[in-house]
Amino acid sequence: MSTQQEQPTDADDAGTGQADDAADAGPSPQDRRMDKKADRRIERERAAGATDADAETVHLKVFRYDPEVEGKQEPRFDDFHVPFEKGMTVLDALIYARDEFDPSLTFRHSCRQAVCGSDAFFVNGRQRLGCQTQISDLDGPVRVEPLPHQDVVKDLVVDMEHFYEQMHAVEPYFQEEDLPDGDLEEQYQTRENREKVKMSTRCIWCGACMSSCNIAAGDNEYLGPAAINKAYRFAMDDREGEELKEHRLRIMEQEHGVWRCQTQFSCTEVCPKDIPLTEHIQELKREAVKKNLKFW
Amino acid sequence: MSESYNRGLIEDFGRWREFAPGMWAWILHKFTGWILIGYLFTHIAVLSNALGAAGNEAKIAAGEDIYTTTLQGLEGLFLIRVLEVGLLAVAVFHILNGVRLLMIDLGIGLEAQDKSFYISLVVTAAITVASVPTFMTGVGA
Ligand code: HEM
Ligand code: SF4
Ligand code: FES
Repeated sequence: MSTQQEQPTDADDAGTGQADDAADAGPSPQDRRMDKKADRRIERERAAGATDADAETVHLKVFRYDPEVEGKQEPRFDDFHVPFEKGMTVLDALIYARDEFDPSLTFRHSCRQAVCGSDAFFVNGRQRLGCQTQISDLDGPVRVEPLPHQDVVKDLVVDMEHFYEQMHAVEPYFQEEDLPDGDLEEQYQTRENREKVKMSTRCIWCGACMSSCNIAAGDNEYLGPAAINKAYRFAMDDREGEELKEHRLRIMEQEHGVWRCQTQFSCTEVCPKDIPLTEHIQELKREAVKKNLKFW
Repeated sequence: MSESYNRGLIEDFGRWREFAPGMWAWILHKFTGWILIGYLFTHIAVLSNALGAAGNEAKIAAGEDIYTTTLQGLEGLFLIRVLEVGLLAVAVFHILNGVRLLMIDLGIGLEAQDKSFYISLVVTAAITVASVPTFMTGVGA
């Protein structure tokens, strides 16, 4: 039933006027109108059934919750049936549902091309970027939820504050003070070194990894894969000197740093930028051990 | 910040729907590790309580001391034999996956972590099946 309400109904409504032109005896015009309407409804239901099977509409089940509206404070799932188009992403489908069916449906998005990191959702049981996930790759109905292990602000919007705090805790900025002398002199990095940190620079701060990590879920102070990857990006950059690297490793080897990682590979699995997070965490573990080992 | 809602069960079960190999490996490793600990203590308890005849040479020679009778009694039970096969499976998996985890700690073969997990499973299964004849000889089922 909700199916019918949510289908665009333009064609059907346009036809309604033609049913009452000849008003002769027998059933009243209204009865005939009702009959025809019933016929059309059956027709439409059959068509809807058929198109569902042909995957012409996408069945979205979307998590809804709004603490500010009474009656929406109890979380629920809403169904939307969105016309499928080739190349449609989960984000496209959500945008359609919001624009055509329910303007109160709330989610973050911006770039639509996997660079801004604002639309990480929990889609069919896995953290994914809405804009990077093709509907055609998913089994229906497509279930969209906010990222697990983060507080929900409204609908699909989660509170990212804690994630950002962890990111900032590792000082995610270049801080070498020993700069080249000349005003315009460049600070070179070898090709090899650039290659080494390449993958780690790709993070878009989407929070998918943190949400997938059940260590992070149990230990709120754990820095998390993204922050550790950020630290890796600078610790491995040759343009920062030894002292800075030691400073970074000291942050990493704290109680809630790299040693929390138990190599479950969940983060690596979900990262939309294919960053080998576990590998980077493991490498920092070894660096931290090497720094502390003294053979004397 | 507006107040936010704890998703309760939706959160907990929603999280556990799509398990990746690395997560399975982690769960099985915890599980087998704790089973081994459990076995270790049971083992110590059973053996230390069966030492009653220590020093009684005659009984030991006659094979009637508590130690011998306890162990023969236990080994005569079908259930115990099955549990032994299970223990072997648990130990073998823990060792193989433990080696896999050590490799991961050394940064070796991280991109093949899922394959090495599957290999651990297959080898565990093979060794377990191959051990059945040995463990099951001479037990009145
Ligand atoms: C050759 C034999 C073994 C190897 C290679 C091995 C390897 C490992 C490794 C690498 C870990 C750490 C897992 C992680 O990083 O998360 C571990 C955890 C553990 N092992 Fe073993 N292990 C062996 C034998 C045993 C035995 C005999 C016992 C019990 C008596 C045992 C009990 C445990 C327990 C309880 C844990 C901790 C599980 C947890 O994290 O909660 N292991 N093992
Ligand atoms: S590391 Fe990957 S999953 Fe984690 S925040 Fe960065 S881009 Fe997202
Ligand atoms: S909308 Fe920017 S990453 Fe998806």
